[in-house]
Amino acid sequence: MNPSVYMDHNATSPTRSQAVDAVMRAMQIGGNPSSVHAQGRKARRLVEDAREQLRQVVNAPQSAQIVFTSCGTEANTLALQGSNRAKAFVAATEHPSVMQAHGCIECIPVDVNGLIDPFRLEEMFAGGGDDVIVSVMLANNETGVLQQIEGIVNIAHRYDALVHCDAVQALGKIDVDFAALGIDLMSLSGHKIGGPLGVGALIATKDVKLSPINAGGGQEGGLRGGTENVPGIVGFGVAAELARDELADMQRIKKLRDRLEERIIDVAPDAVVIAALAHRLPNTTFVAMPGVDADTQIMAFDLAGVCLSAGSACASGKTKTSPVLSAMGVPADVAKSAVRVSLGHSTTEQDIDFFISAWVDLYQRMSAAKTAA
Amino acid sequence: MSYSKELIDHYENPRNVGSMEDSDSTVGSGLVGAPACGDVMKLQIKVSAEGIIEDAKFKTFGCGSAIASSSLVTEWVKGKTIEEAGEIKNTDIAEELALPPVKIHCSILAEDAIKAAIQDYKGKVADADKKQDAAE
Repeated sequence: MNPSVYMDHNATSPTRSQAVDAVMRAMQIGGNPSSVHAQGRKARRLVEDAREQLRQVVNAPQSAQIVFTSCGTEANTLALQGSNRAKAFVAATEHPSVMQAHGCIECIPVDVNGLIDPFRLEEMFAGGGDDVIVSVMLANNETGVLQQIEGIVNIAHRYDALVHCDAVQALGKIDVDFAALGIDLMSLSGHKIGGPLGVGALIATKDVKLSPINAGGGQEGGLRGGTENVPGIVGFGVAAELARDELADMQRIKKLRDRLEERIIDVAPDAVVIAALAHRLPNTTFVAMPGVDADTQIMAFDLAGVCLSAGSACASGKTKTSPVLSAMGVPADVAKSAVRVSLGHSTTEQDIDFFISAWVDLYQRMSAAKTAA
Repeated sequence: MSYSKELIDHYENPRNVGSMEDSDSTVGSGLVGAPACGDVMKLQIKVSAEGIIEDAKFKTFGCGSAIASSSLVTEWVKGKTIEEAGEIKNTDIAEELALPPVKIHCSILAEDAIKAAIQDYKGKVADADKKQDAAE
């Protein structure tokens, strides 16, 4: 069996051992946070401690509303539906969990790097903005491209629109500062930062009037019914602190990513790194191997022991080419040969060497096959 | 363990990798897996009104023999009727690729996948007929 090299951190990041320990401890403690007795209060304490951890990690104001959800998708849905705005303006490169979260979606066009054009956004506010929520992701899950959120907020707030930011991919990879971004709402997810699967959070300023999608028993301040996933929440809090504390490690990851891209372009000058010149996450590269279908690459890499995706894991197998790349106007032949490589805290230099040799091997084999044909 | 030239050729340059729209009424999909080794195979066929397989696509995650088996089957079924395709035996696949004994299960998986795809297609046709009858 080949050694396995995991390069799909944007799909899910391997769970940190400290998070595993924290989850286990919380399960051993048990208790329902809604119970008033001592055991319930213990569980409540765990949830509230995690909420405070998360608040500090993203520098949200003391007064902020922080609602734990089951995942990033639920946080996005709660943001877009629960804020009760008639229209949602969303970047054309948003994740499906945003695209599907509102009944009246209008797409903000993006340029070749996937960045939204602020002038176009302003034009969209011709009919006013007080019935609008704008949703723009901080970092794109496929390309890693970072949006200029502050500028978007400036425009949107001039028209009294709310701004939601899906920061699921950004957390743990760059500094995420809720207050500095100036946004009204933000979504986060546990498993992208080495926390457990099955837990996310929506953060909103105190001024955002939210209503629940699932009112249920009135948990989470009436904003999200259902008994809290205490172990998940605890693991999320621990992972968030670790991810912040280890942010400096992303310098190392960025060097590895850059070396990977350089080596590929060296060997294959016709390879394309999507949005190579844009500001991107330090861990992500979306790279096209010319003439080789992404599906074929994914299969071959899997066989060679490298785990990676063709774009969003949620969407893979459903669409032929990435909607993100189509929105950016990337030519179809490039888009269908692009695979996403995403590194993370567990990535080593050996992993990079292993990947590069697998990539080069596949590239040369496919080139030889083409020449033979 | 040594592999045959045919096998290596199929897994290094797999034919017909990809997928077709599941919701297409002329497409039959077979998704099979072998819990023993964790392989997953998705094989799809596009069938003409005359019952001829016009196109076939596959995606397989697992070992090289599984990839080669499914790649070979997609080549074989094209141009065949669904009845003919249903007669493909795992032993034919194993023989063509000279699969070593420990990899025979990969050819069984490929036979299962094509059978499942045919089954799925037939189910769609039967459903469509039923709807047609109901409408009439």
